Formats: sequence, C-alpha cells, structure tokens
Amino acid sequence: MTDAALHDPIDPVPASRSAAPTWFDADGGRLLGQTCDACRSVFFPPTLDFCGNPSCEGETFTVQPMSSCGTVWSWTTNHYKPPAPYVSEEPFAPYTVLAVELATEGMVVLGQLSPESDPVEVGDTVEIRTETLLEDENGTQLVWRWMRTVNQEDAR
Amino acid sequence: MNDVAITGVGMHPWGKFGKSFVEYGRVAARAALADAGIAWSDVQFVAGANTWRGGYPGLVSGSTFAHALGWNGAGISSSFAACASGAQALSVARAQILAGLCDVALVVGADVAPKGFFGPFGAGDETDPDWLRFRLLGATNPTYFGLYAQRRIAAYGATSLDFARVKAKNSRAGVLNPYARFRKLVTVDEVLASPYVSEPLRLLDVCATSDGGAALVVTSVEYAERNERRFARLKAVATNTPRYPNDLIEMPNFASDSTAVVPAPELGFKKSLAHEAYEQSGLGADDLDLAEVYDLSTALELDWYEHIGLCQEGEAEKILADGRTSLGGSTPVNASGGLASFGEAVPAQAIAQVGELTTQVRGEAADRQVDGARVGIAINQGLFGHGSATIVSA
Repeated sequence: MTDAALHDPIDPVPASRSAAPTWFDADGGRLLGQTCDACRSVFFPPTLDFCGNPSCEGETFTVQPMSSCGTVWSWTTNHYKPPAPYVSEEPFAPYTVLAVELATEGMVVLGQLSPESDPVEVGDTVEIRTETLLEDENGTQLVWRWMRTVNQEDAR
Repeated sequence: MNDVAITGVGMHPWGKFGKSFVEYGRVAARAALADAGIAWSDVQFVAGANTWRGGYPGLVSGSTFAHALGWNGAGISSSFAACASGAQALSVARAQILAGLCDVALVVGADVAPKGFFGPFGAGDETDPDWLRFRLLGATNPTYFGLYAQRRIAAYGATSLDFARVKAKNSRAGVLNPYARFRKLVTVDEVLASPYVSEPLRLLDVCATSDGGAALVVTSVEYAERNERRFARLKAVATNTPRYPNDLIEMPNFASDSTAVVPAPELGFKKSLAHEAYEQSGLGADDLDLAEVYDLSTALELDWYEHIGLCQEGEAEKILADGRTSLGGSTPVNASGGLASFGEAVPAQAIAQVGELTTQVRGEAADRQVDGARVGIAINQGLFGHGSATIVSA
C-alpha cells in the first residue's frame, strides 16, 4: 500500500487530522480501500500485507478511495454511554451507528450517522462526510460519518 | 465410531459474587467429578477455557484449574476462542480421547465479568481493530446485536413484541434452573417497558455479563462402559472458521468481506457451524429434540432458529409464537433459560450449554425436562471468526 495518506512522522502534529489516517482521507472525505493487484478483491480497512482471498497469492495492493454513497443495510441507536476509549460528548446524547452497503465494493461498512442528519431507515441512501471525532491536547481528530441524502428519489 | 462419553456435568451458579474465576471453576470441576463418580486422581487431561479477566492465571486456565484441584500430573491445554472457548476446550479433550492419548479428561471454564459493557482487550492501541471500533464508532457489542435486530425487522417484519416473547419464554425456563442468575418471570410488557440500549433492542432484550463456572468430565465410551458410568454421547464438535468472503458484518470488524470479485459461499458462517456438526454426527435438524443457542440478544435467538435449520429464513417469529420452541413445544430452545437467564460468562457458557444438553438427554432436568429428549445441538458465535456447534445424544 502507499503511504500517501500518512502524515510524515517528523512533521509537527497538525491541528486537525484524521483519527485513522491510513483508513480515512479526511481532506477528501473518503474511506480508503485496498484492492489486490492480482485478483482485484477490495478490503477495508486497508491493513493487509497478503491478499485475504484464499485462492489468491497477491502481495501488492492499490489503495484508493471507496464509494462516497451507499445504502443503509441496518442501523442502531445507542442510548447508553459506551466504555473508553470512546470519548462521549457531555452531556451524553444517543448516537446512531449504521451498516452501509457499498454497491461497487460489494461490502458493508460501519460508521456513525452524523448528528446533523435526518433519521434513516433500511434502504435509504447515505453519503459520507468528514466530522470531528474529538478534540484534545493533540488537536482535533476527524472521522467519517454518514449523512442521509436529502433527495432520496434522485439518489436512487 | 467417533463418540466420546460425557460422564459428568458440574456448574457453579451464575451471578456476581466478587470472587476469583479460579474458585468458580474449581467448584464446577468438583461437581462434575462427583457427578461422574470419577476421582480427580484418575483424570489424565485438563482442558481449560481461558479468560482475559483473570490476569496470567486466566491465560493458562488448564494449568490454573489443575493446580487449584491439586497437581496430579495430568496433561493440560488452555484455549481461547471468544464465545466458543469452552467448546474449543471440549474439542481438544475429545481429540485427545479419540486419538487414544487418554481415557479421562476434565473440561473447565469460568469467568468474572465487569459491570456494564465489555470494553476492548487490555490497553489497546490504534492497530487493534477491537480498540478502534470503540474509539471511532462507539461500537459496543450490543451495537452489532442492534444492527442484526434492525435487519430482521426490515427483512422479515419482526417486531419488538417478537423479541420480547423470546425473553419471556427464556425466563419461564430460567426460573426452573437452580444455576441461573435471573430466576424471575419476565413478562412481554416488562421487556417493552425497559429502556433502549441499542435500539431496537431494549435492556431486557440484551443479555447481562455474569460470573460463573461450568465443567464436564469426558471419557472414552469404552472407559464409561467398562466402569458402568451413565453417560451421554458427544457426537460432534464443530469449530470451523468462516469461508471467504464472509458477507455478514461481524464483531469487531468495520466491514464485511467484499463479494464484488468472489461470490459469497452458499452457507454463511453461522449456518456452516451447524452444517459441520450435522455432517460429523450424521444427524440433522429433523433429529433435534432441543437446542441451546447463544441468545446474546433476543433477536439473535430468532436468527439461530434459521441457522440451525428449525425453520426457513423469516419464519422464526412464527415458530416462536406457535410455542414450538417453548418448554412443552416440539423443539424447545434454551430449556436452560439461555443467556437471558444466566448472563454471559464467556469461557463457561459453551460448556454450560453442553451441560444442559447432557442433563436433558439423561432425563435429569427435573421441572424443565424436555419430554423424550434424545438429541440436542448447542451453538454459539463470537468475535474474530470464532464459533462452535456441538451435538449431544442419549
């Protein structure tokens, strides 16, 4: 995989950065998938050194942004504060986690629903965006979240 | 003939007692040995199921339990396989016996549970997906259960009432089990009045985490017959992993495998566990008199009905409502009371499931006895591609 999305470790810590820089390009607002150069299978997160397809011997990959839109496969709203290392807002507010189906990749990925989004139902179209995960002494960490597409008819 | 004899069952009650897991395991082991009528000094192999909530001793559970009973020179193994840890320990003991390496083995699992949600293992870091799912998403275990439950609602029209009926059913069995932690009838209305945890699942839809311990004595059939022990037959222990691509999102993963290049296998992971156990045993879903399934949530119990072949997909709510899976029905599920009545004690739970099947096929389950029970399956699934299916017959 390439290191294009990684910050140079000798750089000072940027004021705002992806909470998972090799997984999520915060500037482009896209999850980064890893495509095997041999069998073209896609993997997320892009952390493999060897292809996960048991019929493939591939060891080289191309990291590229995944689809920015998907369909809600399922959702759940958490009403209790989760344990660390999650950093909850104070006061705690319920938050929704989505499982989103990406058609091109043939894959379901997780992500929170943006607190600014309309509520979703299974089958709704959602699009990815960059939001703040947390702010601490190291600056602002950014994460991907999903937003319900306003015009569902056009999206379909 | 690949049968192994289950000659003894032992349990420590489930609950919150503030003691060491070693104590729970030792109590269960002694009870299993007493039930089998076999002396500790005759045990040649101890298969432990690990916990990571007990320091170093929890990671070397075979040694820990052997030491707690007094060193007797037995061989040991220590297994960790998330929710399937107990079944994996049983699988090791079974293989030792079937290979002719020993005649008598003891299988033990015990745990101490934290209050509230399970968190990630250890201190964790940004290379550990289990740490990251909490950090980036707040994706607790019930988050995944909630996703599956909502999917059932969307795919099959399941309702909160269906889910509540599972809890009510399991509570009716649990009140009859002296080892269960929650021995109180729970009504459908009480479930529906409890607060949401991971909506659509409510507090009483999601299993608690408990302290507990369970043990089995397993021997060769020849040993059991020669020594005139009563026994149940262990017919199958499946501990297979998923096949690529696993198209169902599973704990603690951020994504499913992609099906864009390689199509998903015909049998999903959970169905493949039951299938493997049926293949090993030569038995099928039609042979089942009862089942113990891992009801981490009420909705997951309904999923299991379909995965073990009790009904077609989308029909679980119907066979539940018809009473088929209740005590007195044609195929009771979780006659023990299930995780709904016990709460999960991870490494002990799969052993307790097999213990319930054994007790039932021996006809010794007292008030919760399934009439004419001869064949049962126990099944579970946990993090990181672990799962097991075990078949026990009279």
